[in-house]
Amino acid sequence: MSLGDSATPLGKVKGLGSAREGGEHWLTERVTSVALLLLGTWLLASLLFLPKLDQRTLFEWLRSPSGAVPMALFVVTAFRHGVDGLKVAVDDYVENEASRWALNTFFLFLAFAGASLSLFALGRIAFGAAA
Amino acid sequence: MAAVPDRPISPHLTIWRWGPGMTVSILHRITGAGLSIVGLGVLTWWLMAIASGQDAYATFAKIAGHWFGIIVLVGLTWAFFQHLFSGIRHLLTDTGMGFELKANNAGAVLTIVGSIAVTIVLWAYWLGAFQ
Repeated sequence: MSLGDSATPLGKVKGLGSAREGGEHWLTERVTSVALLLLGTWLLASLLFLPKLDQRTLFEWLRSPSGAVPMALFVVTAFRHGVDGLKVAVDDYVENEASRWALNTFFLFLAFAGASLSLFALGRIAFGAAA
Repeated sequence: MAAVPDRPISPHLTIWRWGPGMTVSILHRITGAGLSIVGLGVLTWWLMAIASGQDAYATFAKIAGHWFGIIVLVGLTWAFFQHLFSGIRHLLTDTGMGFELKANNAGAVLTIVGSIAVTIVLWAYWLGAFQ
């Protein structure tokens, strides 16, 4: 999936650039940040406008399409933005190449695990038996 | 990249006078890492607890309502807004806006004042609502 290309034609021909594919990572961070601006506002507004924050209310909220779908989008976008951001920090501060690779891979696994668990929970709420 | 000891390096952190822009820059990274690891961890746990039923949610609510849990949640709230506001500032400066020293410093200070203010207002409301 490409969200855009920031390399200039001349740069491409010469094969210049630090990693030759950093542009997409950079743009993805920004596109997901705009998405999270909207989804984060939605999440906060939802938490403020829900009558109560007990299990039953939250379950019913996440059972409805208007709760389940934006929450699934929030989960996917937040984990993607999070793992992209952590990669920037790791690439900047971890000097040893093997440690850098290990840490980036660890965070990638962690992000997939967390996103999968969250989506599984949402699926269980939406498609399972009523509370 | 491996460090090359004898190569002269460009002026780094130690020679610059500390300013609001630098503070917000490092806060953006720290809050981003905190939200990615702690924030998304809590989100996953919260969704799993809602999906698992009353008992699991009661365990979550008990730990979240403990003074230690509240400190973590207040911290995450502040991190969310600090990252959100400095993220908006980041997107604006990406377009070339606000590079004049005065405007840049003012914008940086504003993100910190804003994030602290919103956190206080929200938690005053939430703690009031739960009592």
